[in-house]
Amino acid sequence: MLRIMLRHISLLILTLFILSFFSFSLAYLFPGDPLVNLTGIRDSSEQTYALLAQQYAMNDSLFSQYWHYVNNLFSGNWGLSFSSGLPLAEEISRSLAASVELSAYALIISFVIGLPLGFLSGLRHHKFIDYSLLSASVIGYSIPVFWAALIAILLFSVQLGWFPLSGRISLLYDIPYDTGFILIDILLSDVPDKEFAFQDALRHLVLPSVSIAIVTSTIVLRITRRSVVEVMNSEYIQAAYARGLSPRQVFVRHGIKNALIPILPLLVMQFTTLLTNAMIVETIFSWPGIGNGLIQAIYQRDFPAIRAGMLAVSALVLTFTITSDMVIQIFDPARRRPEDATS
Amino acid sequence: MNACRQYLSRFISVCLVSGGILGVMGCSPPNTEHQQPNGIIYCSEGNPASFNPQLDTSGTTVDVSSHQIYDRLLDFDLITGEIVPGLASSWSTSADGLTYTFQLRKDIAFHSTAYFTPSRSFDADDVVFSFNRWRDENHPYHDVSGGRYPYINSVGLDDLIGSIERINRYRVEVTLVRPESSFLANLATDFSIILSAEYAKQLQAAGTPELIDTQPIGTGPFKFNSFRQDRFVRFDAHTEYWRERSTTEQLIFDITPSSSLRLAKLMTGECDAMAFPTHSQLDVIRKRKELILDEKPGLNVGFWAFNTSKPPFNNPQVRRALALAIDKNAILEAIYFGSAIPAASIIPPSSWAFQPDSRNTSFNPLEATRLLRENGVEEGFSMTIWAMPVERAYNPNAMKMAELMQRYLRDVGINANIISYEWSTFRARLNQGLHDSVLIGWSADNGDPDNFFRPLLTCAAIDSGTNRARWCSKEYDTLIDKALTYTDQEDRAYFYSKAIELISQEMPLMPIAHAFRYQAYRDDVTGIEINPYGGIQFRNVSKP
Repeated sequence: MLRIMLRHISLLILTLFILSFFSFSLAYLFPGDPLVNLTGIRDSSEQTYALLAQQYAMNDSLFSQYWHYVNNLFSGNWGLSFSSGLPLAEEISRSLAASVELSAYALIISFVIGLPLGFLSGLRHHKFIDYSLLSASVIGYSIPVFWAALIAILLFSVQLGWFPLSGRISLLYDIPYDTGFILIDILLSDVPDKEFAFQDALRHLVLPSVSIAIVTSTIVLRITRRSVVEVMNSEYIQAAYARGLSPRQVFVRHGIKNALIPILPLLVMQFTTLLTNAMIVETIFSWPGIGNGLIQAIYQRDFPAIRAGMLAVSALVLTFTITSDMVIQIFDPARRRPEDATS
Repeated sequence: MNACRQYLSRFISVCLVSGGILGVMGCSPPNTEHQQPNGIIYCSEGNPASFNPQLDTSGTTVDVSSHQIYDRLLDFDLITGEIVPGLASSWSTSADGLTYTFQLRKDIAFHSTAYFTPSRSFDADDVVFSFNRWRDENHPYHDVSGGRYPYINSVGLDDLIGSIERINRYRVEVTLVRPESSFLANLATDFSIILSAEYAKQLQAAGTPELIDTQPIGTGPFKFNSFRQDRFVRFDAHTEYWRERSTTEQLIFDITPSSSLRLAKLMTGECDAMAFPTHSQLDVIRKRKELILDEKPGLNVGFWAFNTSKPPFNNPQVRRALALAIDKNAILEAIYFGSAIPAASIIPPSSWAFQPDSRNTSFNPLEATRLLRENGVEEGFSMTIWAMPVERAYNPNAMKMAELMQRYLRDVGINANIISYEWSTFRARLNQGLHDSVLIGWSADNGDPDNFFRPLLTCAAIDSGTNRARWCSKEYDTLIDKALTYTDQEDRAYFYSKAIELISQEMPLMPIAHAFRYQAYRDDVTGIEINPYGGIQFRNVSKP
């Protein structure tokens, strides 16, 4: 177990190192003064410029510069945004929280839709309902996320007026920033009409999270279906029937658990796909997340924001992937590499 | 096996139903809107550069600040265009027209916010401070935030005022260096706002004077709460406001650069009003019964200016011929979708200097060809039409307009090339006079006709970059200057009618259209009125 942890942690550190080096080199690759690209401070006086150059060791070797850069990153000094002039560490943690929140709810929705339908499809293997669910999932999987989002807006916001089409909550509610997760922030805050604010935030969540969840639900459905088919055809299920267990007992005691265990890791891994889709959907729904922020930064040539935003997103995805892989390997020995075996 | 399946489908339907219930709880019915906090959301088009209109003439900055955060000494009546009292309850002018005395209102409270608590009400010191900031180059606040005051510099208000004195706590005396009848109108524009001298002093002591323009304090109907770039500007009600105001508790500018998104938000009720509907959206808005579209003739003019410093455009006959070659009505139909009236002169009909009998150039390609040949412009002559890259009320699509004109000019034997650059480059090159002709226009900042005549065609305006025709006529300048020495409207109108006549003879530019201004909002919102003299006002806006 220690070995697994060591291997994963060293992998994580190595890749994070490469990522941070890449983001550091962006300061040189982007047009303009590297120091300005790192700090985000333009038109500074000579004095401040000299001070900043010292802080980032701009006159030393590249290695020393990189070292100071990483130190600054860790002390929360990510530079300022060109366009807003605000500290990027704060801006990015705010928008990253918004993206993670959106993806998390979308993941829950995908499970709520995908798992039961996957079971249904798997149990009715090669029946009409199986085929129709399967074709529905192919359609759902092939629909581009942004198109689904636009259609949802046209139908449910503009035509029917059921749901709002932009933002996380009506701007009339001034929810103080605390955790960055709007639903939690509402519960923590002491605004009047808390329950209405909560409802309003939920209504804002519906369309974006559902449009992201469409694709993931179909993936969940198909993974679950395959696993259920496999399990229900296995010998121990037949044996359970032979022992005289009722269908209910067979399914509850042996079916569900055995079908879910092998696919849970696969399902958790969908989170990264979700986050990518969320970044696209954010721009359509003006969701103040990292995807929306990055697109704006690219439009406005906000180099410090592009650099820090990319680093934050890739570091998050990487950490999540490697950590979940590690946890899975620890708890599921079947997935370990046969490293002790002779080849 | 069969029983198993039956059980399973029951299990699954339970899952689906419970999922459905969760979903329904999430999508609570949309009829909760009356439970929302009291406030108005306005979908605006962009980020303000600052919260001080002294520093920036862009409509975005003006909309967000001028009439929300601040007051002026004088105001325009939105209906009649007359100058009415603002923070000054009355004023008097000396016989020689050089000295103006303003009596100020008492007990007018400045905003009390998280970052400033006023200890006194508005008085003469605030007026002197606000004027001296742009007037006196040695003033400690003059160079804060750049030291450029575009509107005030462009009308020469800083040079016009000789001195400004505090007579007593509620009386201020302004002495001009020469009489100028547009002085009062300039004090009523969006740019002549009153700042708090006490707040400025506090900021200076704290060493952060630049905050005066980003964390503003004024006496207006709304006080600044917060601003997040690309997201929103949030205002709270200034409950001690001195004038009548609606009971709206919050005002929010929802920054939405895309006009189609603004319209979508207006339809779903996420906005109560939207900025700048495009001409193609107007019909959509008219068709929705829950949306209201107000229109008003705007104080603007779109025109085609000839570069009179270049031959053959220095010849009035050639300019007249070119104007005759264009069918104005067809352009109006195709570019403005009928939401404009043809312009006979540079003065729109809503101004008192408008001349109802001024002649509109007729469409006459034969006459145009004859005049061109007579004046030595041969078949196959090449010229450039510069088309603005941006959309403006006075010209929603200069590119398309240029293409139409290209066709008309071909009929009279002229090859027109269309030229466009990115907006700031475009203006920079126009200032260098590199163009043959340009499609551009002007929106007035105040109700005074001088605001059209002076910046558009006087000799001095060539250097300040608003005279796109680069036309300089001593006769015209004398008329415009003379008009300002009279205070009576009829006297002034006489000189302006002479000036209009001169323009239509000389034709330094061809006036094309006066476009309407539009305001789109939801039907439950009351009190929105189009301000023909500048920025939007939310003082009386409310919704149930």
